[in-house]
Amino acid sequence: MSGAQTLLAAHAVSRRFGGLRAVDEVSLSLERGVLHALIGTNGAGKSTLINVLSGELPVSGGRIELLGQDATNWTQPRRARAGLGRSYQRSTLFPSFTVRENCRLAAQARFPRAWDWITPAARCRDSLQAAESAIERVGLAAVAERTVIALSHGERRQLEIAVCLAAAPQVLLLDEPLAGMGVEESARMLELLEQLKPGHAILLVEHDMDAVFRVADLITVMVNGRVIASGTPQAVRGNAEVQRAYLGDAH
Amino acid sequence: MSASTTDTPAALLRAAPLLAALLLLAVFPAVGSKFYVDLAVKIMILAIFALSLELLVGQTGLVSFGHAAFFGIAAYVVALLTPKSEAASLWLALPASIGAAAAYALAVGALSLRTRGVYFIMITLAFAQMAYYVFHDTPIGGGSDGIYLYFRPDASVFGWRPLDLDAGHAFYYAVLACLAGTFGVLAVMLRSRYGRALAGIRVNEQRMRAAGFPTYAYKLGAFVLAAAFAGLAGFLHALKDGYVNPEILSWHQSGAVLLMVILGGTGHLRGAVLGAFAFTMLQELFQWQAVFGGFAKHWQLMLGLTIIGFVAAMPRGLIGLADRLRRGRG
Repeated sequence: MSGAQTLLAAHAVSRRFGGLRAVDEVSLSLERGVLHALIGTNGAGKSTLINVLSGELPVSGGRIELLGQDATNWTQPRRARAGLGRSYQRSTLFPSFTVRENCRLAAQARFPRAWDWITPAARCRDSLQAAESAIERVGLAAVAERTVIALSHGERRQLEIAVCLAAAPQVLLLDEPLAGMGVEESARMLELLEQLKPGHAILLVEHDMDAVFRVADLITVMVNGRVIASGTPQAVRGNAEVQRAYLGDAH
Repeated sequence: MSASTTDTPAALLRAAPLLAALLLLAVFPAVGSKFYVDLAVKIMILAIFALSLELLVGQTGLVSFGHAAFFGIAAYVVALLTPKSEAASLWLALPASIGAAAAYALAVGALSLRTRGVYFIMITLAFAQMAYYVFHDTPIGGGSDGIYLYFRPDASVFGWRPLDLDAGHAFYYAVLACLAGTFGVLAVMLRSRYGRALAGIRVNEQRMRAAGFPTYAYKLGAFVLAAAFAGLAGFLHALKDGYVNPEILSWHQSGAVLLMVILGGTGHLRGAVLGAFAFTMLQELFQWQAVFGGFAKHWQLMLGLTIIGFVAAMPRGLIGLADRLRRGRG
């Protein structure tokens, strides 16, 4: 693995809640052009790891490197502006805003000009363009003027990704983007992930094993906050510990 | 695009009630008696105060229960800066008043914005009560008796006097200009990127942080700005009465302005203005002895019950009622 392409690296990252080690010395690295899936049973610490990597929660130990810089103590907004985007398991959008405004607002973080009170936000070309291209990319152009409340569940999941993309991240941390999606919608989302792969380093948390083994280049398996296996899909599939701890339950 | 679909007639129609109100206020001194003109001044000042709180409550989603502190501090500053025997300069007193309110807000906001929800409410209340006790229990501002301001500030610049606040209806029009200015600045600002970011923070702060907005700084900016406008209202209040006392910093005052915003309907600037008007008129009505006789001394009871009734019947405030009527007809 060439170090030059590593965009995000976690070195023995831990997060404790009181006595519980939700994330226990996890190390992983995300590289541009690689889709890295993170799987594990419920409560394995996957979402907590995403929260720690994105800066929503501080680490209890370990180090996080973002684009070659030590970002362990950076706030979440700073990490986001440096190029780290995340999506949420439960859609957290701006429900009363239109699809376009959801994306435009996210894009605005890169062109803030908070002191310019004269120019209307609706005339901010940079953020409008970023929003348009994010909306195109996920295939929501037809509903760009609808408010979130008027969207289907699948469309909301797509918008969740679009809002994330509008901020032009290089690293994507996606928390169960396929949750609750129908077969067709899932297929479209997986296609989108394939399209995003060349330009991004992607960490995909997902429960849908078929999907994971279809699109992932690397898979890391977590159980009780610890990484028990990491490698190519074939290697992970053949790993005895993984079969016992995780796949054994499911199959 | 959303910007180009707002055609001029529709925009004009929406602005019509505002323009009508402005026109009405502009000609009012010519027809109204002194009592009603004074009442209009009081309402306009409270409307500026309510607008400043609307920026926090309705636009940014921050329920401050200590907004009277900024109103009161600015009022005290102009009273304290005015010598006993002559007027202070307007160009010193006004920036000093607003600056003092904003400076206190910077300190209060820096601390209180680290909390949220009910804790934010309690901390803003605590800081306002602290300011209240400083003026109530120390001799700086005349203690619980308050202090008088004998001269309205002088607007002279090197001998040239653009306006005399004591002449005719000059003060009335100065207050009206301040109200229109406050409304205008806030309306324009809310359409800007800063305003949209505040709206985003109100709706989903977590997402705003994930997108890269340093939301704490944005909220602190809004808090200080709101305090500055509250300070402008307090400054005008001191000039109106020529008297300030600690009651204008008390939690009653913070509660009253919050009620104005809620009564009018949060989320709209005009709701705050409507709320200030309705609240003051109800207060005047229930204090009217010709109507309520001896019961008028229990006006607070009647006001309270009326507001409970209003809020129960119109959860979106008076502005929500206006919208509903318009839609019902159209």
